[in-house]
Amino acid sequence: MFYKDIGELLVLFWKTLQELPQAWRHRRKIFEQLFEIGNASLFMVGLLSLFIGGVLALQTGPVFKDRGVVSFVGGMVGLAMAKELGPVMMAILIAGRVGSAMAAEIGSMLIFQEIDALKTMNINPVRFLVLPRFVAIAIAMPCLVVLATLVGWMGGAIVSVANSEIALTFDGYFNSLKDMVGPLDMLNGSIKSLVFSQIIVFVSCHQGLNTRGGPRGVGRSVTKAVVNSIILILIADYFLTRIMIKW
Amino acid sequence: MVNSANKTGAAGISAEVRNLRKQFDGEPVLRGINLNVQPGEIFVIMGPSGSGKSVLLRHIIGLETPDSGEVFVGGKPVSDAVLSEFRLAMVFQSGALLNSFTVTENVGLYLTEHQTKSESEIKKIVAEKLELVGLTGHEDRLPSELSGGMKKRVAIARALVIEPQLMLYDEPTSELDPVMAATIGHEISRLRQRTGTTSIVVTHDRDLAFGIADRMALIHEGQIRCVGTPAEIRTQTDPIVNDFLNAEFSLKRKTKSL
Repeated sequence: MFYKDIGELLVLFWKTLQELPQAWRHRRKIFEQLFEIGNASLFMVGLLSLFIGGVLALQTGPVFKDRGVVSFVGGMVGLAMAKELGPVMMAILIAGRVGSAMAAEIGSMLIFQEIDALKTMNINPVRFLVLPRFVAIAIAMPCLVVLATLVGWMGGAIVSVANSEIALTFDGYFNSLKDMVGPLDMLNGSIKSLVFSQIIVFVSCHQGLNTRGGPRGVGRSVTKAVVNSIILILIADYFLTRIMIKW
Repeated sequence: MVNSANKTGAAGISAEVRNLRKQFDGEPVLRGINLNVQPGEIFVIMGPSGSGKSVLLRHIIGLETPDSGEVFVGGKPVSDAVLSEFRLAMVFQSGALLNSFTVTENVGLYLTEHQTKSESEIKKIVAEKLELVGLTGHEDRLPSELSGGMKKRVAIARALVIEPQLMLYDEPTSELDPVMAATIGHEISRLRQRTGTTSIVVTHDRDLAFGIADRMALIHEGQIRCVGTPAEIRTQTDPIVNDFLNAEFSLKRKTKSL
């Protein structure tokens, strides 16, 4: 079953790549999906990142201070947000918010014969349903992760300055961050987010397109889409980190 | 897929089914169906619920793969390429409208997706078809805001937009009032007169069937019991065919006898 799913995912990926030249013709649907995935997630991404950055500073600041390396807090928060927590936490958030919606929408369309209706009109369901989501999430996710990283840095800075046990200045925090975080670290996070976005879109669309039964089947597809996406994201994260560790 | 939306004005095409067999979960649904529908013909398939009529339609339009047997459309075995070459349309029993799209978007979907007409032309065509099925004024509604009968009429309008060479109707008049059912029957005939479209209609509606059919077939338990013109079907001696065609409510008689 596992190998069958992987095989089907790869087939879906290949079919979607084949449709890629048609993307411009479907720009209206891509913009709709961009709004759904990107714009509608902005507030959640901002809020989550602010607190992640803040917690990182709060957890590490006092420990670093005890050991006389409190000036490294900025760099530590900067690296963690850019390379790890930004992409991974945002991918988990998007898997829950957007992946579930994709699986539910496509699953419902399948059980209500809407996808059959598309086929009878000679409309390719992969082009109609998967392609716009594939392109939109590939654009939106790296942008969201860059935003999340920047907001996370700000969260860390606010806590580092405001918390009396850390008591850094903004200059001290950002100087450390500037020393330790470079453009390659941001690229590292963006590459991860791109890979995670593809995991979300293909796992979710695949689950939606394989929905069986009625509304209960849709519920099952949504659960599997989110759980499988998160598992694959975390596994992929390890291997991507392993590959990019020397950067 | 090849975009076939620009091939307008082509005449109807034939459909042929040879020894078609299909089972689901070990339960046979179609047991060796043979049918030959001529180009431009209105062919009605009748039969009790669960007899395999809708499954047969789904095979003809390529939504199901036969366990054995063959299906030909326009003389060619059904495949993605053949379905792209000819214009086929199907009116689903449930309507199968896209629930996130408005009535206008649903009806114009084929044209907008294949992008062969300008936006103003699409608007005009959609308005025409909606007027035809009596749904002018409902353009911006979502399917969830429509009654079952209205959904069916939108589905018919959506199929008519394609100007198909082969049109499949799965219970086109269920959930419709008699006046609208007659309008739809009239439209099926008119479509044939105008473009020579071949129509295969699955229905329980005996009035519709005998009113529009050139030929008809009756399926029972996955097998064809009889094929012929309406006049030939009326003179059938097969008891299953007669039971189906002559079934009527006799509540008054039964009530009196109680």
